[in-house]
Amino acid sequence: MGDVLTVRNLKAYYQMAYFGVDREVRAVDDVTLTIRENEIYGIAGESSSGKTSLIKTFAAAIRPPLKIVDGSMTYRFGDLEIDPYKASKEDVDAIRWKHLSYIMQGSMSLLNPVRRVKKTFEDFAFKPMGLPRAEFWSKVRAHLERLGLSPNVLEAYPHQLSGGMRQRVVIALATVCQPEFVIADEPTTALDVVVQKDVLAMIRDVQRQMRSSVVFVTHDMSVHANITDRIGIVYAGRLVEEGPTRTLFTAPKHPYTAHLVASLPRIGDTTPKAALEGRPPNLADPPSGCRFHPRCPLAIEKCKTDVPPLETVGSDHRSACWRSDEVRPLAKIGTPEPEVVA
Amino acid sequence: MSTLLEVSNVSMRFVMGGLFSRNHIDAVVDANFTLSAENPEIFTIIGESGSGKTTLARMILGLEKPTAGDILFEGKSAAERNTRAARLAFMRRVQPVFQNPFETFNPLKQVDRYLEATARSLLGARSKADVDAAMDDALQKVGLSLKEIAGRYAHELSGGQLQRVAIARALIPNPALLIADEPVSMVDASLRMSIVNLLKELRDTLKVSVIYITHDLATAYYISDRIIIMQKGHVVEMGPARTVLDTPEHPYSQLLKSSVLSIDAAGMGDLRPADRAMAEAAWSRAGQGALVARDDGRMVRTA
Repeated sequence: MGDVLTVRNLKAYYQMAYFGVDREVRAVDDVTLTIRENEIYGIAGESSSGKTSLIKTFAAAIRPPLKIVDGSMTYRFGDLEIDPYKASKEDVDAIRWKHLSYIMQGSMSLLNPVRRVKKTFEDFAFKPMGLPRAEFWSKVRAHLERLGLSPNVLEAYPHQLSGGMRQRVVIALATVCQPEFVIADEPTTALDVVVQKDVLAMIRDVQRQMRSSVVFVTHDMSVHANITDRIGIVYAGRLVEEGPTRTLFTAPKHPYTAHLVASLPRIGDTTPKAALEGRPPNLADPPSGCRFHPRCPLAIEKCKTDVPPLETVGSDHRSACWRSDEVRPLAKIGTPEPEVVA
Repeated sequence: MSTLLEVSNVSMRFVMGGLFSRNHIDAVVDANFTLSAENPEIFTIIGESGSGKTTLARMILGLEKPTAGDILFEGKSAAERNTRAARLAFMRRVQPVFQNPFETFNPLKQVDRYLEATARSLLGARSKADVDAAMDDALQKVGLSLKEIAGRYAHELSGGQLQRVAIARALIPNPALLIADEPVSMVDASLRMSIVNLLKELRDTLKVSVIYITHDLATAYYISDRIIIMQKGHVVEMGPARTVLDTPEHPYSQLLKSSVLSIDAAGMGDLRPADRAMAEAAWSRAGQGALVARDDGRMVRTA
């Protein structure tokens, strides 16, 4: 399995100058990760932890004041290798939607309310697909049917569809060109529980059919548990832990992850759940050393001054904590029957 | 034993359209429950969007008038609260907490000005010292202090802190009932449990009853004493929270429970969409059904 996206020491900062005072917000700070073919990579983090800045950077959709300060980012689509921040605008436009697409959060605000859904499909997908009109529509219809949607939705206006239906249309729109890389930004946050599960199952099915890579962003750990293959935990602009989903839930090696998992309430479990003290740091003025140290139960003097590197702590598992060997899972996760290896 | 809140046969029907295209939506149909004044509890209303849970809350707060039925708070209905003094007295006893703390507070005003306004209007505090004492007292109850909050704007506080301030504001007149409409859905994951634990603490130490409205079954299981599950305006199941959620009997309750994403199977990729057909079938017969009491204290709607 090859890597689709390779990110090395990426730094993207908001750089602003107000009244002669320079301000710098380190929203993406020294992130190194790879995203492989045919996997769902989850990015978990709280609001203002920089996860949206991170995926905007992945999507090559950043604009000032957010700027790339350092590092590299390379996509590989088959034989095509491209760093969107070094390539020309034409080359970047050429990969958009065809190789790299985006499932956005507010399906409401994405679909134009005064245009039928088919017009939106035409706007987004007609040019990247580069097919004659009749062939284009037969492809779109076939794609919708494969996702279990009636092709009749093309004739509808967005307000005629329910929230779950609109989100499904947006997923169909993002995947109609069979892109290798899909970024999904909180696609199920605004949906009801029942619909949420349907939509998640749909994203997973599409991903398995196309064998593409999906970067799935949400703050909801229970969604991550069910859909992702690997998870990266973002705290205050830094990647603090990364590993296979199962491992992060059963044997986290960063105190923040351990807390996130333990604080999830579960049906059938009434043990008191402690909340994490303190508040998420302000990125304009982050704490020194490890950014989690003011809230960390395991913090020592070293954590206040030295930044812990993201080090390998197990197979495919990295953690940025000076005391990662001492982190113990705070909650017991049930062990269902082991997965049958197909 | 006296009752704090009595909701009896309450229905709400919204009529839409004009003379020729009259249409109606039954937001709440025949809801019944009582809260006792002696045993404060966390009473949870669960349902998807459009199930009528917020409409029910608005009727209890007196913001909507039910089309049928009566809501008695401490023995008085909304119609009897026809003077300003009576409405103020009601507002001292029942207070709301809203969903999104970032929208509750005006970004251009310091958050303590809301606390001050509530202290002056509802508590009747006059002097600066009285107002400050009332504010600090309420903030202490939610684990904050006036020193931390004074002069701060909404953007300077985290979502969890803001939601605490919103709860503190509601606590200023020492209410008997808090109505919290999705109070944690906009709060960050690491701070969410602090709000949930706070509600629990308020029940235990201040003896405040809480009507907790949510779509999240996991937090409901964690804090509730009793729950009702609503589907399209109908109450389909009600009873002790643990009993109902451990073994839901109504197909819709079962559907909701099976849709909860469990973390026990983390990384196993086991994600099957829930089967909606049974719940829909049960609901289509809902009009004929009635709530039937079971031995374990719950009521289930059966056709």
